[in-house]
Amino acid sequence: MNKKFWITDKPINIDECIEKVVRPDAGAVNTFIGTVREFTKGKRTLYLEYQAYVPMAEKMLRQIGEEIREKWTDADTVIAHRTGHLDISDVAVVIAVSTPHRNDAFEASRYAIERIKEMVPIWKKEHWEDGTKWIGNQKENTSYHEGIPNEEEMRNG
Amino acid sequence: MVDVLFFAELQDAAGSNKVSLEANGLTLTELKKNLVSTYELNSLDKAMIAVNEEYAQNDVVLQTGDVVAFIPPVSGG
Repeated sequence: MNKKFWITDKPINIDECIEKVVRPDAGAVNTFIGTVREFTKGKRTLYLEYQAYVPMAEKMLRQIGEEIREKWTDADTVIAHRTGHLDISDVAVVIAVSTPHRNDAFEASRYAIERIKEMVPIWKKEHWEDGTKWIGNQKENTSYHEGIPNEEEMRNG
Repeated sequence: MVDVLFFAELQDAAGSNKVSLEANGLTLTELKKNLVSTYELNSLDKAMIAVNEEYAQNDVVLQTGDVVAFIPPVSGG
């Protein structure tokens, strides 16, 4: 499977993500793994439900890969995001970036997760003991007034 | 006809993930106004809008076959 940016309702194979970016001219592979947290501000999460607008989400993930390639020319990026029912500590997102040197790999993977939270059409629904809620706008100083988030908003977010 | 997709909280509020309606020649602003009155979707204003899987501005004019998606503030990752 050659896909590098995908949404899946199955568990993500982390090793597979890493293998896709390992290459001879890279001296660094940085991974970011987002997992389901049990407590947020003291409130216990039972499980999460993720929903995605799959074709557009995959397109936006590819776009993030292209943005990374523009900023860090030698970076190779893989991003996988899961949907459906996720229990505590399940892996929701995996980002793997390889670059010749470590600094770029750290920076690019950070860029990828921030950008995902900004503009990729994926939503999580919290299921608590006393109710549920679709979560939105985790970056509280982000404005959607113009309809489209831009990179500058992302950096300031 | 234009397909309109709802996600997350908007899907719950609309009671549907997809509706098809006559919207040829309407701008996104006009479509939004119609939807707010039909479905009482007051949180529609907080949503970004995508047309055919690309983020779009409110003055875009819709054509037959377009797919409009209302994207509430996202929370992936």
